[in-house]
Parts: sequence; structure tokens; C-alpha cells
Amino acid sequence: MTKRKSERLMNLTICLLVARTFISKSRIRQAVEAYHDMGDDAFDRMFDRDKEELRVLGIPIETGPIEKGFEDDVGYRIRRDRFELPEVSLEADEAAVVGLAARVWQHASLASATTQGLRKLRAGGVDVDESALSILEPQLATDEPAFDSVFAAVTQRTPIEFGYRAATATEVGTRHLEPWGIVSWHGHWYVVGHDRDRDDARMFRVSRIEGEATPIGQPGSYAPPDDLDLRALARTLAPPHPHSSATVRVRHGAGDALRRRAVNSHQVDDQWTEIELAYGSGTSLADELASFGPDIVAIAPDEVRDAVVRRLSLVAGVEQR
Amino acid sequence: MTPNAQEQVERMLALVPYLRARDGISIDEVARDFGVRPSQIVKDLKVLWFCGLPDAVTGDMIDIDMEALDGEGVVKLTNADYLTRPLRLAPHEALALIVALRTLREASGDSQRDAVDRALSKLERATGEIGQTAAAVDVHVDSGDAAVRSTIDQALAGNRRVHLSYYVPSRDETTERDADPMRLVFADGQGYLEAWCHRARETRLFRLDRISAVAVLDAAATPPPGARPKDLSGGLFQPDPDDPLAVLDLAPGARWVADYYPIESREETASGRLRIGLRYRDRGWLERLVLRLGGDAELIEPQTLAAAVRDRAQAALANYSG
Repeated sequence: MTKRKSERLMNLTICLLVARTFISKSRIRQAVEAYHDMGDDAFDRMFDRDKEELRVLGIPIETGPIEKGFEDDVGYRIRRDRFELPEVSLEADEAAVVGLAARVWQHASLASATTQGLRKLRAGGVDVDESALSILEPQLATDEPAFDSVFAAVTQRTPIEFGYRAATATEVGTRHLEPWGIVSWHGHWYVVGHDRDRDDARMFRVSRIEGEATPIGQPGSYAPPDDLDLRALARTLAPPHPHSSATVRVRHGAGDALRRRAVNSHQVDDQWTEIELAYGSGTSLADELASFGPDIVAIAPDEVRDAVVRRLSLVAGVEQR
Repeated sequence: MTPNAQEQVERMLALVPYLRARDGISIDEVARDFGVRPSQIVKDLKVLWFCGLPDAVTGDMIDIDMEALDGEGVVKLTNADYLTRPLRLAPHEALALIVALRTLREASGDSQRDAVDRALSKLERATGEIGQTAAAVDVHVDSGDAAVRSTIDQALAGNRRVHLSYYVPSRDETTERDADPMRLVFADGQGYLEAWCHRARETRLFRLDRISAVAVLDAAATPPPGARPKDLSGGLFQPDPDDPLAVLDLAPGARWVADYYPIESREETASGRLRIGLRYRDRGWLERLVLRLGGDAELIEPQTLAAAVRDRAQAALANYSG
């Protein structure tokens, strides 16, 4: 069954590919042997299905008017320049990095899309070696359940709806988004787009989407901004730029992670060094300082000192929330 | 379409131009390049034998030398002038490839970046409009300090041993060690040097942003023959089922922990908290995590560790009572 179907689809493709102009359905029926022994209705149905299936593979079947005098007024063809992979010629070092790219995606559907792409390049004369040993091994993992649905929506520009659990919320809310892009930032995937509910640009962490995203409109029904800069948008997620300065005492032999960032430092006595740190968010700095326990003391400003003391008091159980 | 027929047509459309350019190639090599069994390629060829232009006058069916196939296991395909080039890349194929190359570019050292850029621009040209869609996907990779990175690149290129000053956050300690670099791994947005560590006598991953100093040594890098790069297919950090299990109750402000670390279990509690099970190798790491969460997390198990964290917090508070 598979064999006969594959054969029919190949012959239909070849028939349309060699046609110099649009050719009629009846001529196609003559040319493709598998269509011979069936009734008119059965042929019509099968031809329509075959056409769609070839389009799914990315084969550009065009329809257009044919010369007068024929029964059908619509004809079909495949334009060779839209079908064929353009000439790609890669230098040895370029082919080597393309081979490495095959190993980047740690995600079933994107890994197989990469493999299919490489197969076509190889068929087009590019010698790609996928098994070469490399001293560079970058990986892109995507274990977020919503990833595929969001990725498809981004590439097709389809508006979506999804359940979302914000970082600090216990409830799942419904969001409506025109996704512009998807970005991997510090190992996590975020989708950026126009939030219809808030009428503004927003960013969502894909792992916090419940289940899958559902299309709520047609592909291509909106356009992302021309000056879309995903990286600049992602940067708004990163900690704010350091604009304040904190004074912290670090115990001898501890806190190297802090010392490396110090703007200034001086030895207080044989136990403590006082350092100055630039910081953006007092809350984040207090979180980090608390993690060092008795090995650091927050001195100034009061905002940071009080926040550290409060964290420690809560953990010590001397203060209740 | 039945997935079989779809896959087969897709493969055959690439197979014909591939074979036209490689007359007499062995069936095993074809199978390897296409990632299928040789028997599948034979099936494909038997279908292709019936494909072409059947027209009686201009009749031009694909011709395959079946004797050479059966006898010598080599493929000779002729008469397929209508399929000289493969089908162009579908949008999702082009996108997957371009994003993979961009990731590679982000992770590349200066010496390799040029080749990636050239390959990218050629592929973007060959894929036309799809290159525009590719602007909708971006990957950011953290490569640590530029000087550290370039020294490591140098050591890898020259196959030399390095000396590392490496910060271990779970012990809040900078350690000194010699290591034989094997490769650079980028996963979960972080860069790591994978190397044979002479101090631990095993293969270790060193996070680039925790290497405070690195020097190339005169000695050659000689990882023992048994040293293998880790199999990373299951993720960089696999919780070890032998590691002890901690149970934490997370208030809303600490829920991010469940996203951030591989957790064993999650359960909403009646009081609106999230109870998670988390494996830990190093108790210092867990203590620091609970201190950092500053009351937004309660360590339920193990209780001895919960008491130790409370003591540590009390000792820290004593610093402020003076």
C-alpha cells in the first residue's frame, strides 16, 4: 500500500515538474498510470488528496489558467525554481560547523527537522559529516510541554491562548498573545509578543504555560514590529543594571564569589575584609548575601542590611511571617 | 498521508539527486547518510524503479542497475534528469538548522566564529524568505569571562594541560587544580569546560563563569584512555537516585525553585504552598538555598539539616547584635 502510494506521489511530482505550462487534470490522469483504472469521482478525490499531501511536504504546486480548447480551465504545475534547493557550496570548515549543528537540538521534532534539512543539503552536493568529534558541544534542550505549540505559533504568526502560572502565583490565568518571537535566555525559553489582555508587549516563560498553547486565529493574521529586537527585550528580564553601592564584610577565606565582583576592598582586621559591591536590585542582593550565613555581614545601606536581617530572622525562627 | 509514505517520498526526493552525484556508492554508505537500514534503501530503490515519465513516446523511467545492487551492494541510478536537485528546505527545517547554527555561533570561540558566519549567510541565502522568520528565534549563551574563554580555547587547540582556580559555591571555597581539557559544553544557557581533573581523578564539568583564573601549562593534556566525555543526552545534571532526598514547602515567593532545579515530586498543600521533593548531593548547597530563600521555604526533611540551617541563621544574626 505504502509502496503504491509512494510511487503515485513520485510520479505526480515528476509529471508536474516537467510540465512547461499549467497542465489539465485530464492530462495528468493520462500521464500518471496509477490514476488510470478508477472512476471519475474516485480520481477527483484521490487527486485532491495527493495534491494536499505533496503540499504538506513543502512541494509548491501552483494552479493557473490553461489554454482554451480544453475541458478544464484550471491547470497545475510545479515551478522548478521554487521546487529546487538553490546551489549551496560550502568550504570544508563551513561544512564542518553545519555537521556540528546537527547535534545541537536535544528535542525530537527539531532534531529530526535538522536531520531532514541536512539530508537535502547532502543530496544537493554538500558533504556534511555529522559524526565528527568536536571540542565544542552546544546543546539546546526543550523539555517544556508547550514548546512545540508555541514554536509553531511563532513561526506561523498565529495568535494563541494559554493557561499561565506566574512566578509567584498559585492560580492559573488565561492569556491571549500574538507571539512575535521565542528566545532562550540563560537556559530557559521565553515567548515574547503582544498581550491582548494588557494591550502591551509581554514576555512569558514557556515552562510556566499549562499544557499546550491553542491557536485562536489564522496564521499570518498580525505582523511583529519591524524593529523587533528579541535580545533587547530579553535583557529586560535580566537583573537591572547595577546603579547602587552596598558595603559588606566578608569573613577571611569565604565569599570569593562576592570578592571577585568587589569595586573596592580593604582589610578590617585578621578576620574581616570590607568590600563594596555594585548592585541593581536590593532584594536579589539580600537573597544572595543571606545564603552566606555567618560568613558575611551586610553593613550598608539600611535597605539591604534590614532585608538580610529579616531573611535570617525568618529562617532562624525568631520572627514569624 | 500514512507517515510511511510521507517519509518515503521525502527520502526518495533527496535520494535521487544524491545518487545521481555518487555513481556506484555502496548501499551501506547511503543507508548511513540517510539514517535508515540498508534494507529500507533497497525498498526505496524498488519503488523508484517504477517512477519517471511513463509516456510511450518520450518514455523515461528511472533506471537502477539491480544486478550491481544484488551482486556488489552498490547503487547505480541513471535516467532521472528531471530530479537533479533536492527539494528546497521546508520552513521548519531551515529554521531548526539556522537556530542550531546561531547557537553554535554564540558558543564559538573567535577562531571558529568566522566559519559559522560564512555557513550561516550561505544557508540564509539558500533558504530565502525563511531567513526572516529565523529572526523570531534567538538563543543567548553565557560564555563567561572573555579572557578565561580565550585561554581555554588556546589550551584545547594546543592540547595542553591547564591550572584552574575554581570556585565551588556549595562550599564557598576557591579550589586549585590541574586539569586536561577535553571539550567545551554549552547546555541550559551555561558554558562548561569538560576536563579530566587531576585532583578528583575523574572527568568533571567546570562552569566557565566560576573559573576565576586559568593558566596554560607546559605539559600536554593526557586524559587517561578510559576518560570519556559524559553522555549528555539525558540532560546535564541527572539527579542521582542514591542522593539523599529533601522535602521543602515553598511559599509563592520561592516557587521558582520548582522550575529551576530538577525535582522529584510536587504537590500543592492545603495552605497554598508547594511541597517538593529534591535530591541533593551536597548539604552545603541545600543549606545555602534555604538561607537564600529567607523564610519563603521551609525545610521539612531532613530534620537534622533543618536544625543546622536554623543554627546557621542564628549565628549570622549574632553578627548584627553588636
